[in-house]
Amino acid sequence: MAEYILETRGITKHFPGVLANDNVEIKIRQGEIHSIIGENGAGKTTLMNIIYGLIRPDRGEIFYKGKKVEISNPSVAISLGIGMVHQHFMLVPPFTVWENIILGKEVIKRGVLDKDSICLELKKLMDSYGLSVPLEEKVEDLSVGILQKVELIKLLYRGAEILILDEPTALLIPQEIEELFEILENLKRQGKTIIFISHKLKEVLRISDRITVMRRGKVVGELEGKEADEETLARLMIGKTLESPQIEAYERGDEVLRLEGISLPPRLKNINLTLYKKEILGLAGIEGNGQKELLEIITGLLKPEKGKIFYKGREVQHLDPRSLREIGIGFIPEDRQTTGLILDFTVAENIILGRHYKEPYSVGGKLNLPVIKETASNIVKAYDIRTSSVDKNVRFLSGGNQQKVILGREFYSEPEVLIASQPTRGLDIGATEMVHNLLLSARKKGMSVLLYSSDLDEIMTLSDRIAVIYNGEIVGIISPKEVDEATLGLYMTGARKD
Amino acid sequence: MIRRILINILAPFLAVLLAFSVGAIVMYILGENPFYVYKILLINSVTSINGWGYVLFNATPLIFSGLAVALAFKGGLFNIGVEGQLYIGAFACAWFGITFNVHPIIGIPMGLIFAMIFGGLWGVIAGYLKARFGAHEVIITIMLNFIAMALTNYLVNNPFKEPGQINPIPQTKELFSGSIIPRVYPLFNKLGINLSPSVPLNYTFFIAIVFCIMIWYLLERTKWGYEIKAVGLNPKASRYGGINPSYIMILVMFLSGALGGLAGVNDVMGYRYRFLDGFSRGTGFTGIAVALLGKSSPIGIVFASILFGVLDRGALAMDVFTNTPRELIRVIQAIIIIFVAIGNEFIFRLLQRLERESE
Repeated sequence: MAEYILETRGITKHFPGVLANDNVEIKIRQGEIHSIIGENGAGKTTLMNIIYGLIRPDRGEIFYKGKKVEISNPSVAISLGIGMVHQHFMLVPPFTVWENIILGKEVIKRGVLDKDSICLELKKLMDSYGLSVPLEEKVEDLSVGILQKVELIKLLYRGAEILILDEPTALLIPQEIEELFEILENLKRQGKTIIFISHKLKEVLRISDRITVMRRGKVVGELEGKEADEETLARLMIGKTLESPQIEAYERGDEVLRLEGISLPPRLKNINLTLYKKEILGLAGIEGNGQKELLEIITGLLKPEKGKIFYKGREVQHLDPRSLREIGIGFIPEDRQTTGLILDFTVAENIILGRHYKEPYSVGGKLNLPVIKETASNIVKAYDIRTSSVDKNVRFLSGGNQQKVILGREFYSEPEVLIASQPTRGLDIGATEMVHNLLLSARKKGMSVLLYSSDLDEIMTLSDRIAVIYNGEIVGIISPKEVDEATLGLYMTGARKD
Repeated sequence: MIRRILINILAPFLAVLLAFSVGAIVMYILGENPFYVYKILLINSVTSINGWGYVLFNATPLIFSGLAVALAFKGGLFNIGVEGQLYIGAFACAWFGITFNVHPIIGIPMGLIFAMIFGGLWGVIAGYLKARFGAHEVIITIMLNFIAMALTNYLVNNPFKEPGQINPIPQTKELFSGSIIPRVYPLFNKLGINLSPSVPLNYTFFIAIVFCIMIWYLLERTKWGYEIKAVGLNPKASRYGGINPSYIMILVMFLSGALGGLAGVNDVMGYRYRFLDGFSRGTGFTGIAVALLGKSSPIGIVFASILFGVLDRGALAMDVFTNTPRELIRVIQAIIIIFVAIGNEFIFRLLQRLERESE
């Protein structure tokens, strides 16, 4: 038995303009949880796609159980016992869970699917790994946390020895993350090897036996999980030390935005909330408690059944996105790919979205292309958006850079109120730090921010006040200085209410 | 960027080449000499000035119907109803032409405006139903095609039938001269181009080119074009960007229908000078193929229309001079569309692979 179950030597991959993998060597031991961490664009996903056979490397070799292998496509990887859970799930929404799991490896009896024996086998499989998912339910009705488990069972059903998980926690809430980690540890005990791709240091430290750090396509460090700490990892990942943000003392200003009796049964019940000048008001809540609807109402995407919105003391008459933007409300939507951006528009075209109809971008209905391009170039520079040109379609940018396009767009117009929904979801450390600094400096300049995030750390660090939403109601408004995370959790689960 | 443009041109070109090769095989099986057939096809279309005249005449309504489909595509809608909009537009301009005896300075623009407004309103029915009730535009426009054909069929058979007509196909009476779009041969002959007076190419062709430029300008240089494309690509993000997708849907279907209506002008105002029952024979549907082959770009649509014009013209010659049935031209047209569809997908993937930045 070789010491390493999987080893790469000299993997090199060029993309136009980028050296995605530069002579990458990783060594994965049998039965360990091995994290590969790095910023967006560090080459983690490229490397995994090479190992999984989705991309052919320009150079380099892969050794599996001591033998050199050619992984020309994913079926080769699967037959070797390498399975991968992608960041975006590969499931068929209208199919049931068991149908999804067996897809591509169906058991046929007399020409039809042998459902009974399939389900029996799946149940045995689930029992042996301590995993449980509702086999009969349709995938489209299930939460992200459960789908993640479905993907894992899919791999185990195909006999995977190595499980690659690409940013598996990006879309999960804290409870689900903890559950996932327990599952992974259980899998490890059963002898499976797990490759965990992430850039969330706390999680990596919590779960890993060993950690490989990548930066700009190169491996820059290999550590034992026990020896590593957050600072070392961050320094390796971004090549410099992180500073904790400087937060100015909070002083309540004038009222800017006030929600009065906003109701949208059954999701929202009589929401009253005031946002003051120069503050960051955090909105905390477990997903599905009405925060999404609330934010969509403030940005005009959803109409409330009852209630009023006041802006600087005056009632806002037209609650539609254009009118709200006109009075000075900016919006960072939760889902950048479906709501925030038009993927097949260029960077420049996306940067003017929402203000495209106004001067200076449109003059008498005619688009002012030179101004649009110049503005876009300025924003690209100011927010360090990595793109070869402002004429490139946003689709081809990495997730972090896509988010920066939205941030740049919203900050550039200097709104007085910014509604930010999950602004750092899926971003790496560097980009997250940048978002935090942007929000804080905007606050310093007098902007008011309503910040919703599922990352409680983020809410606790940045907010001046935190409004907790539970079951469509604001159950408390608390100060992060006086309350700890555990108490916040009590509010969020409805166990406490003011 | 340059590479992308190059590939975009190369794809349809290769598609056409491949389609002709497949067509050659079919002809060979039928016992014809493909080289001879293709030679006949080309000699009668693109090797003489008169041939070109016919080709451009054939291409004219296709440019309009291709633009109509392409504009709807850009706005995220599939307008299958161009054929119906064409009949409505054609009848509207015919009605104006047989009713008002005015000077051409008024008559020609008014004829065009009538075609556009009525074609546009016919299109708006589908746009409104989609925006208001979410009714699928494909089904609505298909049904509206039948209604439009039946309606014009009724009108031309009953209230507007030419008195004392002998022609077995019902038609209206002739347009007043003020609504007639003249042929181009006098101008061409003055310029020293020897175009025969029998060639029906008329100024509608140049009107079509002007519309190509206008639609290009609308889509690429105005905020309305920006909004149309935004809604076509992502309605949700458009809403977030302060665009009202319902309004855009209705606008797009009006403009698309107006272009569809104009596709009827060439025959009514520029060729027959009357509305002839069922004259179109699928021009509106061919527009779908033209838009696809032209990749929904106005310039591409001009070239695609000319290609289809060549094929239509050549079909006639093939019929006369060879044993190959002219239906084979239809087969080749269909094969071209299939290859373009495959090519599109292939090229999209190729581009994505080239451009995707590494994670």
